[in-house]
Amino acid sequence: MAIATAPVASPTRRAIDRTRGVFTSPKYGPVLVTLLLLVAIYAIGGARYRGFLSGPVILNLFVDNAYLIVLAVGMTFVILTGGIDLSVGAVVALSTMIAASLLQSGTSPGVVIPVILVLTSVLGLLVGLMIHVFAIQPFIATLAAMFLARGLCYVISSSSISITDPFFVAFAQTRIPLGGGMSITPSVIIALLVVIVGLVVLQFTRFGRTVYAIGGSEQSGMLMGLPVARTKVLVYVISGFCSGLAGVLFTFYTLSGYSLTAVGTELDAIAAVVIGGTLLTGGYGFVIGSVLGVLVLGTIQTIITFEGTLSSWWTRIFIGVLLLVFIVLQKVLTARRR
Amino acid sequence: MTAQNPVVSMTDISISFPGVKALDGVDFRLFPGEVHSLMGENGAGKSTLIKALTGVYTVDSGRMTLAGEDVSFSGPADAQRAGISTVYQEVNLLPNLTVAENILLGREPRRFGGIDWRAMRKRAKELLTGLHLDVDPSSLLGDHSLAVQQLVAIGRAIDVEAKVVILDEPTSSLDADEVAELFRVIRELKSSGVAILFVSHFLDQVYEISDRLTVLRNGKLVGEYRPEELLRIDLVQKMIGKDIAVLDDLERRTHSGQSGGDLDGERPIVSAIGLGRKGAIEPLDLDVYEGEVVGIAGLLGSGRTELARILSGVDRPDTGELRIDGVSRRFRTPRAALSARIAYSSENRRAEGIVDELSIRDNIALALQADKGWFRRIPKKRQDELAASYIAALNIRPANPDALVRNLSGGNQQKVLLARWLAVAPRLLILDEPTRGIDVGAKAEIQKLVANLAENGMSVVFISAELEEVLRLSNRIAIMRDRRLVADIDNDDLTVDSLLAVIADGSVASGATS
Repeated sequence: MAIATAPVASPTRRAIDRTRGVFTSPKYGPVLVTLLLLVAIYAIGGARYRGFLSGPVILNLFVDNAYLIVLAVGMTFVILTGGIDLSVGAVVALSTMIAASLLQSGTSPGVVIPVILVLTSVLGLLVGLMIHVFAIQPFIATLAAMFLARGLCYVISSSSISITDPFFVAFAQTRIPLGGGMSITPSVIIALLVVIVGLVVLQFTRFGRTVYAIGGSEQSGMLMGLPVARTKVLVYVISGFCSGLAGVLFTFYTLSGYSLTAVGTELDAIAAVVIGGTLLTGGYGFVIGSVLGVLVLGTIQTIITFEGTLSSWWTRIFIGVLLLVFIVLQKVLTARRR
Repeated sequence: MTAQNPVVSMTDISISFPGVKALDGVDFRLFPGEVHSLMGENGAGKSTLIKALTGVYTVDSGRMTLAGEDVSFSGPADAQRAGISTVYQEVNLLPNLTVAENILLGREPRRFGGIDWRAMRKRAKELLTGLHLDVDPSSLLGDHSLAVQQLVAIGRAIDVEAKVVILDEPTSSLDADEVAELFRVIRELKSSGVAILFVSHFLDQVYEISDRLTVLRNGKLVGEYRPEELLRIDLVQKMIGKDIAVLDDLERRTHSGQSGGDLDGERPIVSAIGLGRKGAIEPLDLDVYEGEVVGIAGLLGSGRTELARILSGVDRPDTGELRIDGVSRRFRTPRAALSARIAYSSENRRAEGIVDELSIRDNIALALQADKGWFRRIPKKRQDELAASYIAALNIRPANPDALVRNLSGGNQQKVLLARWLAVAPRLLILDEPTRGIDVGAKAEIQKLVANLAENGMSVVFISAELEEVLRLSNRIAIMRDRRLVADIDNDDLTVDSLLAVIADGSVASGATS
């Protein structure tokens, strides 16, 4: 055999090699680093502050960030193909505005929610078509969608509309007890369902693998006969749908619609995905990593709250530093492999 | 074999692009169980024909049949379903996915509506074992060598129970061992009745593997031949359509110019003493004299490019010294080497050579400008003179200094690159694979140019995977093997076979090491 694999070594040596292989692989490495980071941050928080490691604090992370988890799942699909979606924050705001104004005019929640999900999916479809058919940079196409969505918010109303609809209010106040005085909101369940669906779709469907294929090389994917065009458009539909759903969850959380809400949330979602180990150029990454990314962001925020004396700007500074570290890490891991 | 019916038959195929007739009434047929080589220069229409066959392009006129039935494909996926698989020159697979996925994606085994990973790995393993490849199907494709990736691509091609496998320049980045491995797989495919369309620039390989040849020139069919009935010289002539005397002339000249010992007593202009770099090359000694062509032969990965990069200041040595005219120098950058009049033309023409988006004139002036410093701009008039003189001297086409280099053929891009380095009037020009991937005509011109330069006193280090080319041009040949310089021999009575023997065994039978 002229082309052989690695030479045989002792079992311990192999185990070390394999561990190192996993950590330096562009596929698993960044996710594992994120997991270790999350554990480390928890450990630091737990050592510094009393009550940090309690169940309610951890569950609150999920409650506060349910909408961000949903956004991050959608964003993972997009970034895996090597694209980006800057419109998600504005679409969340638009969803809250549509919800609030429709509910104000007496429309039933059973109509409002599907309308939002369909509208945001259609917006995603338009963006996807723009990117695919006219070969427009995703950055530009979604930037345009961002301005469009934000502008539409003001068309609906420039002031905040509060929501008094009994279903929304009930949904917002429902707590699902988990025993021991701990509870979560239904939003958390929805977010976790989205995560599971995202996981299964990416791992076990041809569509999901095509998402990875596009991130690896669009050209190759096409020559391999994979449905590249359809998939490329669909990821933006998914991201649009997730933004709509996140908007609905956000409405449950705030019980109002406001044009200026969720400004910069798209950047949080992107940050979570990147910190979660998804390569910005696409091809490598996992939904579960993005969830870890959201939790890292949330935990840093919690630490800053616990610290009490630090201004909330420190969250941004930490996130900025983390992002830099992770992008450098990705660069190193992929460069080493070339 | 001729008694059989062809599996593919293309009759009177024509395809036009704006301003170009890419294929003009071409016939092509392919029989089951044969390897059929498609030959021609760059731009002869080989790729167009392949793309017509696989449905990437739609034909303007003509008829295609597959297994006797009229067909026209809407794209590669459609052609693949009908049993025509293609393996492209650059491995068109996905380095970020597993080997198993790369083989089976698009027709993956399913269970409960989802991908059945276990069955997928199992099927991939069976297929790889069938090709005698020991590769873990769940490893990432990007972790394997290019050769293994190429074989995985073939694995993908044959998994569809292909009737026809198209191999478009599959060997251009493989070394000799890997080519042998590929050919073994091709022969296995052939014996199982698959028709193989093979495209390669390497004539040796074409003659080794083919049962039949079809030659194209300028979009037209020249003819279909059997390799045993067509001499190589005739084949080349049919491909380039002009007299091959250029090459013969060249051969006579370099050989008559050689007198072996006439360089004794002179001082080398560049000499490496114990020069080495960890992980690149073992410490070695090498001298280059004025007006001498030193060929560097060796397999891919033998350290030949690494040596060139150290000599030219791209990489820094960790041991030994480099002397220019007897004075020890340390180059920190290629620009420092350039100021000592050492120029390096990279093997990676696209990524490290030409600047796609600039004109021919700008590309030629680039190195000279860098050498002068960016604040002393070369006047437009001088740039124009430079461009005009090199376009004429090197016969660059189109002869328009404003043409973007992106639009030039590979051979012309290489000439522009050469012009760039010649413009700085180097004393030592290091050429790494200057003729790779360019057609026979341009190849001959570049070889001739190198011979002329050496006659006029320039020293050239010439690196090429094609041993014949190294033999034809070099006064002296340094042979690299496993990152070591194993021989440094005067090119008196060397042959391809004797070179191969040194490359293979790492020792010189005659003991002629100097």
